[in-house]
Amino acid sequence: MKRLLFALFCLLSLTARANEPIATTADATESENFNPGEMILHHIGDSHEWHWFSIGEDHYTTYLPVIAYRAGSGLSVFSSRHLAEGEVHEGLKLEHEHLVSEDGSKVYDFSITKNVATLMLSAVLLLVVFTTVARGYSKRGTGSPRGIQSFFEPVIVFIRDEVAKKSIGPKYERYMPYLLTVFFFIWFNNLMGLMPGGANLTGNIAVTLTLALMTLLITLFSSNKNYWAHIFATPGVPKLLLPIMIPVELIGIVVKPFSLMVRLFANITAGHIVTLSFISLIFIFRNIGIAPVSLAFGLFINLLELLVAILQAYIFTLLTAMYIGGAVEDHHDADYQMGGGEDADPAHVPAH
Amino acid sequence: MNIVTPELGLIFWQVVIFLIVLLLLRSFAWKPILSSLKERESSIEGALRMADQAKLEMQALKAGNEKLLTDARMERDRILKEATAVSTQLIEQAKDKATEEGNRMVAQAREAIQNEKNAALAEVKNTAAQLSIDIAERILRRELTDQPAQQQLVDSYLKEVKLN
Repeated sequence: MKRLLFALFCLLSLTARANEPIATTADATESENFNPGEMILHHIGDSHEWHWFSIGEDHYTTYLPVIAYRAGSGLSVFSSRHLAEGEVHEGLKLEHEHLVSEDGSKVYDFSITKNVATLMLSAVLLLVVFTTVARGYSKRGTGSPRGIQSFFEPVIVFIRDEVAKKSIGPKYERYMPYLLTVFFFIWFNNLMGLMPGGANLTGNIAVTLTLALMTLLITLFSSNKNYWAHIFATPGVPKLLLPIMIPVELIGIVVKPFSLMVRLFANITAGHIVTLSFISLIFIFRNIGIAPVSLAFGLFINLLELLVAILQAYIFTLLTAMYIGGAVEDHHDADYQMGGGEDADPAHVPAH
Repeated sequence: MNIVTPELGLIFWQVVIFLIVLLLLRSFAWKPILSSLKERESSIEGALRMADQAKLEMQALKAGNEKLLTDARMERDRILKEATAVSTQLIEQAKDKATEEGNRMVAQAREAIQNEKNAALAEVKNTAAQLSIDIAERILRRELTDQPAQQQLVDSYLKEVKLN
């Protein structure tokens, strides 16, 4: 009974990755040892193999390639099958899904993990979908859109008109490729993360960190002198306060992308954690009666996550556009009305 | 496993794959899509502007037509009025002429009658004079048959002459 339930649970869970230790502990000592925290962290984390589901003792798993670099022994490439069940291969082993070497030397892990595989899959999906959309345009010219083209056109137009044009202004066109790619990348991966067996890619801090860093770099490289003038000589602020304002503004440069990173990571991960927690309730209460309640709540959260998926993609894109907009913004006279530098000079003229 | 520790491998792959996707999508998707959208929008805008222009032209045309129509109507009214005036005038003229002619004819008739009358009167007078002369001749012829009577008459005339 318990096993059947567990199999059901594995099928229903969003990131279906019932791991070996849980299964064995569940088998051995029943659910006294069922640790929901550990199970959830396993589900939202990365792994070196793609575990689809288990039926009893049969585990359906895709083993992904391990690519590791060590200063001493160079590059090692092999299937993660050799590392299953804690085995050691080429002096490497997995410790809590972390690749470590037996002799304790530093390992640079470039493995195609579940997240990297998902990343590649989503890249292929994005390329296929949007080249198809683009083909629709080259085929129909200025005619009305059809099929997949008419599904994505309003979204693209929305990003262009409501996000880019409004936040960046007349120079928006340069940033459209990045904004569109980031939006659809996050949206597609959020949705893929909601699918059974899908990886929690956009809820991974490494991914959101990279995206936020790209936004930061684009902001910094497209910034004009007004942007830096606002930071080092904030208009309307007395000169005495500048020693406080400059560090605050400098911290602001980093805090903005940091908030992007944490927001996306936390939202997506939280959604997965909540759904998994509801499903864990069945195993915590050890009662099938709780299953309908868990399922209802899980379904509700899952539907909510569908909304969050596009919402977070939109928010990330919008904030990115606003940061870029702040960096490329032209000089505003109104901002300088109380400014120190320019106002000081006319004030000195009558004194002489 | 710490979920807030970013892993180097994933960052590496994310950078590489995201940049590849970005570059490929930029040249094979976003550029054609955005340029087509722009082209379509400008063509729609152009079509709308043309429609507006056509509407204005139509309005101008309609106004022109109306003006033409009013002009024509006015022209018609004018012509009608003129024609009426002319016809009235013509009738008036004809009437005048007719009256004049009648008058003239009456006058002529009257003159002719007068002439006839005069002629007739003259004839009557002549006839009367002739008759008188005839009568007088006959009377004289009868009177002058006896001598004394003749002498008496001559004497009476002579007397008259003496008086003068």
